[in-house]
Amino acid sequence: MMLSETTSGLFFNLVPWIIFFPVIGLLVNLLFGARMGEKAVGSVASVASGLAFVVSVLLGYSLWASHGEAQVVPFAEWIKIGTLDIPWNFRVDTLSVTMMLVVSGVGTLIHVYAIGYMHEDVRFKKDKKRFPRFFVFMNLFIAMMMILVSGDSYLMLFVGWEGVGLCSFLLIGFWYDMDTLGRPSWANSNAAKKAFITNRIGDLGFILAAMTMFWYFGSLQFGEVFVQAEQIAAAQPVVVIAITLFMLIGVAGKSAQIPLYVWLPDAMAGPTPVSALIHAATMVTAGVYLVARSAPLYVTVHGAQYIVAMVGAVTALFAATIAVGQYDIKKVLAYSTISQLGFMVAAVGMGAFVAGMFHLVTHAFFKALLFLSAGSVILGLERGHHRAAHHGGHADHHEEVFDPGDMRNMGGLRKQMPVTFWLYMVGTLALAGIFPFAGFWSKDEILLDASKHYPAVYWLLTAAAFLTAFYMGRQVWMVFFGKPRHAAAAHAEESGKLITVPLMVLAGLSILGGVLNLPFKGFHNFAHWLEYTLGHVEVLGFDLVVAGVSTLLALAAIGLSWLLYMRNPLRAGQEDPLKKVLGPLFTAMERKWFVDEGYWAVFVDRYVDIARFLADVIDWRFWHDWFHDKVIAGTYNFLSRKVLDLRVDQGGIDAIANGLGELTKQASVSLRRLQNGFVRSYALAVLFGVVAILGYLLLK
Amino acid sequence: MIPLSYYLALSAVLFSMGALGVLIKRNALIIFMSIELMLNAANLAFVALSRHFNILDGQIFVFFVIAVAAAEVAVGLALIVAIFRSKQTIDVDQLNSLKG
Repeated sequence: MMLSETTSGLFFNLVPWIIFFPVIGLLVNLLFGARMGEKAVGSVASVASGLAFVVSVLLGYSLWASHGEAQVVPFAEWIKIGTLDIPWNFRVDTLSVTMMLVVSGVGTLIHVYAIGYMHEDVRFKKDKKRFPRFFVFMNLFIAMMMILVSGDSYLMLFVGWEGVGLCSFLLIGFWYDMDTLGRPSWANSNAAKKAFITNRIGDLGFILAAMTMFWYFGSLQFGEVFVQAEQIAAAQPVVVIAITLFMLIGVAGKSAQIPLYVWLPDAMAGPTPVSALIHAATMVTAGVYLVARSAPLYVTVHGAQYIVAMVGAVTALFAATIAVGQYDIKKVLAYSTISQLGFMVAAVGMGAFVAGMFHLVTHAFFKALLFLSAGSVILGLERGHHRAAHHGGHADHHEEVFDPGDMRNMGGLRKQMPVTFWLYMVGTLALAGIFPFAGFWSKDEILLDASKHYPAVYWLLTAAAFLTAFYMGRQVWMVFFGKPRHAAAAHAEESGKLITVPLMVLAGLSILGGVLNLPFKGFHNFAHWLEYTLGHVEVLGFDLVVAGVSTLLALAAIGLSWLLYMRNPLRAGQEDPLKKVLGPLFTAMERKWFVDEGYWAVFVDRYVDIARFLADVIDWRFWHDWFHDKVIAGTYNFLSRKVLDLRVDQGGIDAIANGLGELTKQASVSLRRLQNGFVRSYALAVLFGVVAILGYLLLK
Repeated sequence: MIPLSYYLALSAVLFSMGALGVLIKRNALIIFMSIELMLNAANLAFVALSRHFNILDGQIFVFFVIAVAAAEVAVGLALIVAIFRSKQTIDVDQLNSLKG
């Protein structure tokens, strides 16, 4: 082992193993996965991720033991061109270790869960061969995410940033040849492409930010950039504003903020563990991490900070309104994720980096819990659907395709799936921000910070928090209470231990996660932990008004949802009761404010028009028909036929060759006359020759 | 004593007559005889000059020439006989199958 004892017996040198372990896991599964059996494949992947978690814990311990002093562990020379030197260094500080712990910790739980989930999923979708592939992608994702959070330069971070984007693409399109209901179609791969392309727009922002930074700072290493931040911000504030705002585009892409959030709801086409790991807990928080990591840049430009905070806050409210109108259990959670990411982005935008990171951590716990529980619900419904088809096969044969994710098909699952129900309740309460669950503390810290510095952000976020509690209430009432609205829900079955146990761990974390950073004196552990990296952070106390208002609003929202959805439980085929109240407004929410349609009309259709113009007119008619056929081929033909063939070849080279031949022929015709066959004329010629030679010799 | 120039003049006359005979006669035997005449004209020039300069080389050469001429006659007459057998003539103008 690489247990070298350089830094006084600490484990900093182990840091590359956070990448090596998942890579080893994925290689094992890649090479032998087809022959290993599902349990073995899943175990290898989970152990690989688990070992990465162990290493992260050791790193955390080492940091704690060395009083949080950031370590840069050189690993390899990467790019060295002239004076440009970008090594691959690992940065171990409290911020990156926090991310590592979340990624590998939540990641490991989700790996374990996925063994159970994918076991059933590959059977419902009728392709068992894809099982190992899933875990290869998952391990690759862990490795890439680790590269992202552990890199010591913006370029290394970008490598991971692209890597997780790739994994996201691969896993959204995991069932690439079907739609979410298993029918043959390209819907899933289109969702994957949408995610990838939308992220690409964000990546452009990142690249612009990195280039601008390199131009003015002369480096991409965190340390070297941050040292100059204040000086350059004072001299050329526009530069830092440009960098931070370009970076915001990247953040909007990766962390699904307005205007680039549209890919995340579609990303729910991936298997549920993917939605939990990549599209809720870890990858989408990379943008938040990026802003927190770039804190020294952001704090120098308040204008940019304000924009970031507003983008986050508006996204939080906007996505929450859409979540209210969704019927798909995962879509609700997806918009909820966008909304919660809005909270985090708003927090880090306001400079409340600790609150943002705190919410990132707790959100990873409870949103992973919610997604995985939703996966359990979906599996339960699929099992119920099969049982209903087998048992009471009398009526349901003409039934259309059954959507196990549609909440309108659910209802009353509390009795069929009690464990999942309680786990879901924990997640819901944590997300809604009810005391004393983790979400309460972290959300409250954001709200408190906003109320002190940015009132507009505070009101937006409070409204979003209200809606959050409402749509979660609506979801719980629709899924778990009332009467089953479908035979599948009536026959639903609880999931196995492999699925529920990781959920219990996450539920425990969702309940207790708040302990990390309680707003009381002496309990700001997380704040002090991050202080080592972020420098001095403002530690806020506990504000009873802010906490009270948000809790009361959350309770009121849950009560309101009870009024609408529980007093008269939804029956099969019935319209959403909110539709009666809100009318067309609800339709707009259900249709996601027509943003996708708008994007199609404004960007995609125009893009297609341009592409078609380029293809038909420029490429085909101009380039192919005119330039290629007429100009190049025509000129070539003219040259070869008229000039080279007629003039040069036939007129020149052939003429020389033929002329020589003709000349020889003519010469031989004249010369053959000499060869008359009369021996006497030969003798005469000899005589003349002798006479001539003798004459010459004599007269010389 | 007869001066050298007489011999040489006779030799030249003989040679010319031989050469003329080779050129204008059609009968192969006559041509053959004309060649002998030319050889002997040369022999005459050899011995005359040998005698004049008191060097015996010319005399020796003449013996060679006579020997070669004898051999030549043997071959030549055999050729003429062979030609006559196939062509029934010894007119050289009839032997033109090498005409180009």
